[in-house]
Amino acid sequence: MTAVLTRSDRERVVQTRSRPPRHRLSAVDAKVSPYLFVAPFFVLFGAVGLFPLLYTAYVSLFDWELGADETPFVGLDNYRELFGDGQFWNALFNTFSIFLLSSVPQVITAVVLAALLAANLRGRTAWRMGVLLPYVASLVALTIIFGNLFGPQFGLVNSVLTTVGIPPVDWQANTFGSHVAIASMVNWRWTGYNALIVLAAMLAIPREVHEAAVVDGAGPLRRFFSITLPMLKPTLIFVIVTSTIGGLQIFTEPKLYDPSAGSGGGAEHQYQTVVLYLYQSAFQQLNLGYAAAIAWLLFLVVIAVAGLNFWLTRRAVR
Amino acid sequence: MRHRSWVSVLAVLVAATACSSGEATQNGKTELTIATFNEFGYEDLLKEYEAAHPDVKLTQRKTGQGAPHHQNLFTKLGAGSGLADIEAVEEGYLSQVMDKASQFNDLKEIGPNVDNRWLKWKTDAATTKDGKLIGYGTDIGPLAMCYRKDLFEKAGLPSDPEAVKSLFATWDSYFAAGDQFIAKSGGVAWFDSASQVFNAMHNQHELGYFDKSDKLVVESNPAIKADWTAVTNAVAKGQSAKLVAWSNEWNSGFKAGAFATKTCPSWMLGVIEAQAGPENKGKWAVTEAFPNGGGNWGGSYLTVPKQGKNAKKAAELAAWLTAPEQQIKAFKAKGTFPSQVQALKDSALLEQTNAYFGDIKAGALFAAQAQKVAQAQYKGPKDGQIQENVFSPALQSVEQGKSADEGWKTAVAEAQKVAK
Repeated sequence: MTAVLTRSDRERVVQTRSRPPRHRLSAVDAKVSPYLFVAPFFVLFGAVGLFPLLYTAYVSLFDWELGADETPFVGLDNYRELFGDGQFWNALFNTFSIFLLSSVPQVITAVVLAALLAANLRGRTAWRMGVLLPYVASLVALTIIFGNLFGPQFGLVNSVLTTVGIPPVDWQANTFGSHVAIASMVNWRWTGYNALIVLAAMLAIPREVHEAAVVDGAGPLRRFFSITLPMLKPTLIFVIVTSTIGGLQIFTEPKLYDPSAGSGGGAEHQYQTVVLYLYQSAFQQLNLGYAAAIAWLLFLVVIAVAGLNFWLTRRAVR
Repeated sequence: MRHRSWVSVLAVLVAATACSSGEATQNGKTELTIATFNEFGYEDLLKEYEAAHPDVKLTQRKTGQGAPHHQNLFTKLGAGSGLADIEAVEEGYLSQVMDKASQFNDLKEIGPNVDNRWLKWKTDAATTKDGKLIGYGTDIGPLAMCYRKDLFEKAGLPSDPEAVKSLFATWDSYFAAGDQFIAKSGGVAWFDSASQVFNAMHNQHELGYFDKSDKLVVESNPAIKADWTAVTNAVAKGQSAKLVAWSNEWNSGFKAGAFATKTCPSWMLGVIEAQAGPENKGKWAVTEAFPNGGGNWGGSYLTVPKQGKNAKKAAELAAWLTAPEQQIKAFKAKGTFPSQVQALKDSALLEQTNAYFGDIKAGALFAAQAQKVAQAQYKGPKDGQIQENVFSPALQSVEQGKSADEGWKTAVAEAQKVAK
């Protein structure tokens, strides 16, 4: 033991054993300080991550109305009610529908954009930064502008449709129409961002592979589908996972898209998402217990979908 | 050294929190806070009060919009601390506040004697079943009818403010005139949206969504179904412009002249002027009539939550602010229409005219409309929510093509869910 220790280490060992009061402090220092150094993360995580998570689970077991005089314990009743609540399943359907309508075209467009940006363009950096501009714009401003464009009676989109002879769509009343409108906001904002991530991965593909393929006589299309796409797989899955998590938690767009400024997501909840329903339960109906149950169920759904993606990633990369 | 610096950091933190929570006395002055939203017109009044009461220091917390102000109110009621000494409450949120009346001071008990200061229905609405007064009335929004003179003329209807009164005598005559109008209007609708008409009709009844024992009576109160049928019939005939109030489309509708009448509380004149814009000046008019009598939409109260430490002084200030003399000053400053009997007789109010609406004596007109309100409807605990989140969307769904019967069934089911 002594052979490995340096002189100062040995002294410290001796000091801790002999324990005069002053040295005991420094022994505590040696043992406790490291924990103090890592503490900020754990304290922060505990305060803003773990505690709310557990407290939400606790609240979800009560009939907890904000400001009510009493909050009786109801066990799993909130969850039982939630499973039989048509509005919740409708919200879950809307969430997945908007998610699919936004993520699928988004990833495809992002890959195509990335392929275009990877080519030898004049003013390459300007183009690459340009696709990121929608991401910089304020989400709220963007949503209000899109809400105007998709206005059923005085909106620009319907004016254009009418001019070219297509009957106008009620972007508020029509379930599919409203989902398309909201998905278009998501796509507008996130496509460029994802294109840049895909572009980075695309530029990391070794030139040799491409050159070898060229020597073998493969055209650009063949090379794109047989080399570029397969080698992008891990990045694509990352992009899909992040947009899944974002998509399942979509809130601002449907909230501000509602012309009555409520949280119902349309007159018949045509575009009410799960988080919007959570918000409505908590801050409009002030029913915190029920909202907490929704939050936990959404948490489990996100974990399930993320788990599925994790499994897909492992399979795809091997 | 290091330990000492930790200690000093802690000390600073403790000192900082101590500072922010110590409100009561600083050099012997009582500090009072008052939380309002939009414009109450109190800025100068608060200075005046401070000058007259050197021992009081006032702070006003202003929130731009009503919704976040009330969300903050209910959140902090739940938390048990953090509210101002005086909290303003808008009429639409009053039912939720009355439901939590135990967390507010009874102003009859702690405040000065202010009997008969307000219109009876205004005070009744803020009085609990056991007779506690929760809020002092500030302003009101008496309802009249606004209409497009030019569009009336085009459709062959009378357009003079006196002559149109018969069209707006009852809801039946209102909808009948609507039929006449849309037959010749060439696509212009009669009113902006179904819920704007339905809410006004609904609030005229003595009993609304709840009976006085707070039982939901949506199905058993025949008046509600009758209103529903009348409004959805009008929608089916094409009288509604289907524009959700306060949306961008609604704003555009004012500019484009998409509808010819608007249920019109006193403060709506300013909204119409802003939205319809100078190019439509002289086209809008307002008349001293409202179907089936009168009505009210909007207006606020000042409440004193129990969590404040200076309840008595707060009540004194609130009583002073809501006295007729002060409310007339607030009316001059920001146009808030007073709810006090004496203020409604003030010449400053009665002489007020509105240039956008053809120089009509708007103050006198709405003062007369305020007297026509029959009573304060009894509001159950979830009344506001049922109006906003159940009946308005259900009516909107009928405007979007759902059948009136289906819409009614949805409304009843959702109301039961909310009231549970």
